[in-house]
Amino acid sequence: MTETSRREVLKGAAGAVALAPGLTLIAAPADARAPGMPATPANRWGLLIDTRKCDAGCTACVDACKTEMGLTGHHRPLTDAQYLRKVNVKDPASGKAHSVPVMCQHCAKPPCVDVCPTGASMKRADGIVLVDRHICIGCRYCMMACPYKARSFAHEEQTNQREANPRGKGCVEACTLCAHRVDAGQSPACVEACAAAGHAAMLFGDLNDPGSELARRVAAEASTRIRADLGVEPAVRYQGI
Amino acid sequence: MRALVLSLLMGLALLAGPAVAGDLSPAIPKAQGACVDEPQAMRRHHFDFLKHQRDDTLRSGIRGARHSLKECVSCHAGKGADGKPVPVNAEGQFCQSCHAYAAVSIDCFTCHATVPEKGPKTAGVTPGVTQ
Repeated sequence: MTETSRREVLKGAAGAVALAPGLTLIAAPADARAPGMPATPANRWGLLIDTRKCDAGCTACVDACKTEMGLTGHHRPLTDAQYLRKVNVKDPASGKAHSVPVMCQHCAKPPCVDVCPTGASMKRADGIVLVDRHICIGCRYCMMACPYKARSFAHEEQTNQREANPRGKGCVEACTLCAHRVDAGQSPACVEACAAAGHAAMLFGDLNDPGSELARRVAAEASTRIRADLGVEPAVRYQGI
Repeated sequence: MRALVLSLLMGLALLAGPAVAGDLSPAIPKAQGACVDEPQAMRRHHFDFLKHQRDDTLRSGIRGARHSLKECVSCHAGKGADGKPVPVNAEGQFCQSCHAYAAVSIDCFTCHATVPEKGPKTAGVTPGVTQ
């Protein structure tokens, strides 16, 4: 067996958990981008979240996010950094309740980028919206501009940061769609944790790749975007709400 | 001006050597591996290399380039008596010893990790990660 084919076999085994013939839990992640190559508009990374599969009592995605990104709190729920939160909503007319994981929606037309006075708030070529903390001055305009309340501010000096997520006092921060993992050909931590918890409510993939599980499902099934009326074109879609 | 002062300081530090009596030059701990560039070039230009690459990595998403702060830390973080890595910006450690000598504060480590992470990470199952 050649090195390449063995790698492909392993990748398939790790990335796609077969439930039944023809049905997979997680689509095989895209290949890691070659070293030295920039992100390109050929990709448009996105998520499809099925709230019907999301358990209101489960916080696997939130916990995985905090672990992956090294987010430590100060027992101040209003101001502690959260890249991903569970929003429990209820339709008062019908009584139907939903639990909705909400993170940065990685908008195609991100209001946070529009308002940033320094250019720190930015959209990468593949659609991932990031904060360049090197030039963030902590003004928090983006936090006010974001319709999804997706951004946090680091109020305290930070220690024990993860290598993949440098973060410090005085900067705004948010979900990076786990850009460090995506660049390495992996899925975001929340998606992996949701699958590991047995819910598989989150699907990650490339909206620009018609062959990807995500693009196929978005094309074939009904899905909604939160506050689609704002026209910011989020890359995160929901089903069941 | 900064460049001139820095190169003078570096030159003095290197010329003086550790053997001279009353020597004030910094004792710089050895790295664990070979450097990505000539030591002289790194001493003179490491901040430019890092500043250039940080923009490439964050804004363009270019990974695996040559001058990575993460790689610096992985080689230059010393080990304490307990076998655990010591932050590179702790007193007497690689970054701090020279920066203290040159009286230049380091901004990198208000945000960046100061010790290397070990082993592969798996999302959601990493128990109680502190570093």
